[in-house]
Amino acid sequence: MVLSRRLIDNVSSKWMLSCLIFCLLLPLAIGAGLVFKSTGLLSTHKLSTLIFSEDWYPSDGQFGFWPFIISSVWVTVLALIISMPLCLLSSIYLTQYAPKWVLKFMRPVIDILAGIPSVVYGVWGLLVVVPLVGDKIAPMFHADSLGYSLLAGAIVLSVMSIPYILNMLLEVFRQIPLELGEASLSLGATKWETIKHVFLRKGSSGILSAFGLGFSKALGETIAVLMVIGNVVQIPHSVFDSGYSLPGLIANNYGEMMSIPSYDSALMFAALLLFGIIIIINVIFRYIIYKSELI
Amino acid sequence: MTLRRKVEENFFYGLSFLFTAIIVFALVQIIWTIAQKGVPSLSWQMISQEPKGGFYFGKEGGLLNAIAGSFYLAVCSTILAFVISLPVALFMNIYLIRYQRFLIGVRFFLDVLWGVPSIVYGAFGFTLLMYLGYKNSLGAGIVTVAAMITPIMIRAMDEVLKTIPIGLQEASYALGSTKTETAYKIFFREALPGFATAILLAFGRGIGDAASVLFTAGYTDYVPHSFGEPTATLPLAIFFQLSSPIEEVQNRAYAAAVILTLIVLVISISARLLKTRKK
Repeated sequence: MVLSRRLIDNVSSKWMLSCLIFCLLLPLAIGAGLVFKSTGLLSTHKLSTLIFSEDWYPSDGQFGFWPFIISSVWVTVLALIISMPLCLLSSIYLTQYAPKWVLKFMRPVIDILAGIPSVVYGVWGLLVVVPLVGDKIAPMFHADSLGYSLLAGAIVLSVMSIPYILNMLLEVFRQIPLELGEASLSLGATKWETIKHVFLRKGSSGILSAFGLGFSKALGETIAVLMVIGNVVQIPHSVFDSGYSLPGLIANNYGEMMSIPSYDSALMFAALLLFGIIIIINVIFRYIIYKSELI
Repeated sequence: MTLRRKVEENFFYGLSFLFTAIIVFALVQIIWTIAQKGVPSLSWQMISQEPKGGFYFGKEGGLLNAIAGSFYLAVCSTILAFVISLPVALFMNIYLIRYQRFLIGVRFFLDVLWGVPSIVYGAFGFTLLMYLGYKNSLGAGIVTVAAMITPIMIRAMDEVLKTIPIGLQEASYALGSTKTETAYKIFFREALPGFATAILLAFGRGIGDAASVLFTAGYTDYVPHSFGEPTATLPLAIFFQLSSPIEEVQNRAYAAAVILTLIVLVISISARLLKTRKK
């Protein structure tokens, strides 16, 4: 009896440990697999030409990822420019100004926004954002645009990243001790001055991390951006130009990647780039968060 | 000076209120647009039939293949992820509780993993399939999606288990139970309501994701009967049908978007209800 309990305990703890090790090894396996697949490309092309070259002619064996990288960065930065003030001010409103029930009401709103699948955001983008950019916003700036543009992608992406960033910001403001604000208020500062000088300063590292993680989340977004950005391989010159995002490149070409030599290798290299960049960003900003929580 | 301060105060109060309202408006706008476009094309035929001949030219048929495929995929991958996540989350909170530094490291690692985009999982899953010589199939899709949602599930379970007081653990040991018994009989039972939320979250993520199944699950007009067959999924059904120039086919995509949104809405609302009831 005792023996069998011991035995069960032993076996089960080994099992738990192996599950944990498996989970920890999985990302290493992903990284290794992608590196392994892209070595085919890296052995024939220089890394710097792959990244900085503008020439994308897969059938001639020319793989320049610069148009995709620059499109992805543009879309993501634009999206963040739109969603940053929205998230920051609304998190301030919800934690500082608003009565409690408003926050209670907003929680499910944020949940639902976070839960809507990206393909549905894409449908919304096609129905609303693309015509909006093409017919209303572009003419305002005397630009010619079909609507399928970096700006459309950025608007869709900004809405998608709102729940993610907002949730983190709410957490940041919740963690700041109330006494700090009260001290400032009792010295005669207005509510806004307190927020500006105390809360924003105290929460600065958390706010920065929220935006950083929002950036990495938006960078990896595939389907919704793919549907509205236009998918033209070019270096975009204005926000009304079409682009082609890096995840979109992978998703769009998986079907034909077996027919052209080293094309599959190139797409896996794109995945590796994405994986590497996002892991690095995540590590940096998660580290900042963990540091600030431990103090 | 005082006037300036007052104006500034009111300006930012108003602006922050306005921005919050914009976010609510965005949600309402999205749901309204999808509903307005999709609800008129919804019909019983749409959810009860597989695509028939000429479906992609606007003829007879429904989306049962995608609906069933999505459910199979999401349910199986959630179960698979649960089977892996449960031991890990319990291990972290029972065995690793004495090694705080290592525990923090593991949490950090899982948080970082959470940021990896689904397309990377999809690409990796595809590479692995090619390497092993398998074809696109329901099974491959399940494994890929499970890999994607496992970190999310572990961290969500971990957050629940973290709140269980260490005294409970000590009391259990004092009565002579082993660590395994403590884990599965005490901790598991204590955290069960919280786990439900974690599972729903992961399920919602699994059913809505398109990029990871694009490479791995394939697409077919039939409801799959085994893990070896390819399967259609709702997100891909929307994506593919929307690119058709024929209006009826596009309308079906909108209808599918309504179905998918409804499923996700139900999931996130019930997750929220479970959470509040627990408190």
